[in-house]
Amino acid sequence: MKFNLAGQFYDDIFRKISTVMALLIIGLVIGIFITLVIESWPSIKAFGLRFIWTTTWDPVSREFGALPFLVGTLLTSFLALIIATPFALAGAIFLGEIAPPRLANPISFIMELLAGIPSVIYGLWALFYLVPIVRWLEIKFGAPPFGLGMFTASLVLAIMILPYALSVARDVIKLVPQDIKEAAYGLGATRWETILHVIVPYARSGIFAGIVLALGRALGETMAVTMVIGNRSAMPHSIWDLGNTMASVIANEFTEATEDVHLAALVEIGLLLFVITVIVNLIARLIIIRLKVK
Amino acid sequence: MNTYPARENWRRIKNQIAVIIIILLALIPTLPLFFILANIIHEGLRSINLDFFLHLPAPPGETGGGISNALVGTFIIVGIAVIIGVPISILAGIYLSEYGKDSKLAEIIRISADVLQGVPSIVIGIVAYAWVVRPMGHFSAFSGSVALALMMIPVVVRTTEEVLRLVPDILREASLALGVPYWRTVMKVVLPTGMVGVTTGILIAVARIAGETAPLLFTAFGNQFMTLNPMEPMNALPLVIFNYATSPYEDWWRQAWATAVVLTFMVLLLNILSRILAKRIAGEK
Amino acid sequence: MSLERLPIIFRTEDLCAYYEDFMAIKHINIKIPQKQVTALMGPSGCGKTTFIRCLNRLHELTPGARITGSIYLRDQNILQLDPIVVRRRVGMVFQRPNPFPTMTIYENVLAGYKLLGIRLPRNEADEIAEWALRKAALWEEVKDILHRRGTFLSGGQQQRLCIARALAVKPEVLLMDEPTSALDPKSSLQIENLIVELKETVTIVIVTHNMPQAGRISDFTAFFYLGELVEFGPTAELFTNPKDPRTEEYLTGKFS
Repeated sequence: MKFNLAGQFYDDIFRKISTVMALLIIGLVIGIFITLVIESWPSIKAFGLRFIWTTTWDPVSREFGALPFLVGTLLTSFLALIIATPFALAGAIFLGEIAPPRLANPISFIMELLAGIPSVIYGLWALFYLVPIVRWLEIKFGAPPFGLGMFTASLVLAIMILPYALSVARDVIKLVPQDIKEAAYGLGATRWETILHVIVPYARSGIFAGIVLALGRALGETMAVTMVIGNRSAMPHSIWDLGNTMASVIANEFTEATEDVHLAALVEIGLLLFVITVIVNLIARLIIIRLKVK
Repeated sequence: MNTYPARENWRRIKNQIAVIIIILLALIPTLPLFFILANIIHEGLRSINLDFFLHLPAPPGETGGGISNALVGTFIIVGIAVIIGVPISILAGIYLSEYGKDSKLAEIIRISADVLQGVPSIVIGIVAYAWVVRPMGHFSAFSGSVALALMMIPVVVRTTEEVLRLVPDILREASLALGVPYWRTVMKVVLPTGMVGVTTGILIAVARIAGETAPLLFTAFGNQFMTLNPMEPMNALPLVIFNYATSPYEDWWRQAWATAVVLTFMVLLLNILSRILAKRIAGEK
Repeated sequence: MSLERLPIIFRTEDLCAYYEDFMAIKHINIKIPQKQVTALMGPSGCGKTTFIRCLNRLHELTPGARITGSIYLRDQNILQLDPIVVRRRVGMVFQRPNPFPTMTIYENVLAGYKLLGIRLPRNEADEIAEWALRKAALWEEVKDILHRRGTFLSGGQQQRLCIARALAVKPEVLLMDEPTSALDPKSSLQIENLIVELKETVTIVIVTHNMPQAGRISDFTAFFYLGELVEFGPTAELFTNPKDPRTEEYLTGKFS
């Protein structure tokens, strides 16, 4: 009898411990949000909503507005998406539909390995190899030849998010049922017509989910951007300009911020970044759930 | 009547042009990726020798020195992150697959894990700063480990759940029918059966956090000296790459590349290992 | 052989089992004799599997499942005992062989101890393993590969390994849920012969789809139909002279 009680007792404890650990995940997300709100409170109180649309970022006069970084993040991320999407889409069609598996599998494998290379290494490479190329381009276009700047950051972001967008899109394209494709070929459609009129429309929402996921990564990407964007905390005037993203300004100034309100302003940028990425990721998740239902 | 074959020809040509353009577009992005790898190897390998692994960094401006402290630091920081993150993740994964299943609570936990996985690493760094660095009063390896643990938890939770769900119910029943309590069934039958998959998830997570830099900037912070004390600031390989690459010294640039080779090799090895394990699971089925 | 003169090991009173609102077995009253083979037969969905899953309280693990009535194992109502104790006394062999893939043959046989954290002295463990494997007619085939994974064995060998695993904890009753339905004819026959031998050691309750099998190996047969116990008696009697028209229709193949 003693023995059997032990069974129920430990079963109960084990269930409770694992439930608590699972609840901890919810707690962490809520905890992160609350921490960011509390830590940024001095800044929220001082600047209110003005924080989002003013452009002065001046630790000396203790005036902080985050618009330059919002613009920096949105500009670099969307530019990176625009650059990466055609290549990602073509790559996904190539690996999912055109290339024979014997070729597609090793290429996919290498792509996924490269996607795992840490972002600081992409930053290192961009700093020494991409920056000179951009500088040359800037001279050609008559822009100030910094080499560094928003455009360079967008390029390195595009390279980094490409494998993600590509692998999601490829997986969706592979899910297009064989009989639908055969139906198109059976009607005499060429390969291109089948891709354009059958495969891409069928996989549309999955491809979109891949792009949104890639956007989520680009928005939060820190190191590679920090290393090449030039770290200028002012409103950028063109894509060749030096700038800062929300992530890069935190990386640059967090350990140097001596004033409480400066630190709080940096945390508030983190809070904004958190909210934006959570929304973007939830949208991607919704699309994927809808996809599974279909 | 003549237009018909002409149209057919045009369709064929259009098809060929389109396919060629797709292939070209698909191949162009492999170029930078290929160059990144080639450049790392080319720039880095020439600086790698035994001394580089065994020596401490040289003072700023001087040449020579190594990354022994960063190598040790990365192992310690990642190791503590694994110790913190893995038990929590496995238990939470067990909850999702064995108890929560399709309940509303389990769904909320899954969404939370996805949200946590999407939190930018720099934000994780801020949070670890607020939770550990500020109360302790100084930077520490431990605070870096907390940040990295936060990043690995969602990955391991979801793989654990997926893997345990694949363990057939007949094994659970076999164990229960022997009079084994459910918790022992989970720990001694279900978890061991899915262990290869769980290990794969852990390896993938470790590969990801080992190269993370942003969460370490204001937690582990970096340190020019060797320390084994996790309550002190500690150096790590990604911090070395960042600090050296953005420094004004040419010799440090050289060492940044060499460190990049070491880190890339470590991360690729972990990823390849996890893939081999994943293949083995697929093969067993 | 008459039911009245045999000692009874299992007795159910007004046993009903439900999945949510669906009543899978209805008001079953049955007495299962000790050290005999009792076969449970009936068309699929008749409740026979649900019934034996009540006998070791596996039924209640299904979400939404519940039981009413009582089940007496030697005069103890098992519904009031800890299910873990019940399952130690009432072993089970399943439709599909399910050795633990992470364990060796030896560890599989002793799983009932190992999984509970019971440490046996080495010689006692060896003795139990050999005894159980001999009882399951598997010893000669595996005695040289005891420390290899059980998953390399053939289906029939795996099923006998599962029987050995169930026997090793020395249960009073062994429940078998269509233990040969996933096996080839030759392996099935081996298991059938084994069951006949095993009844000297343990009471056997077997669910089977296979009429000739029930005829060959069982002493008593219970016929279930739509959740009800239609008829129960000595196998020879029930097969040659069924009392209920539904039993007769089933035996003559009118429905299945």
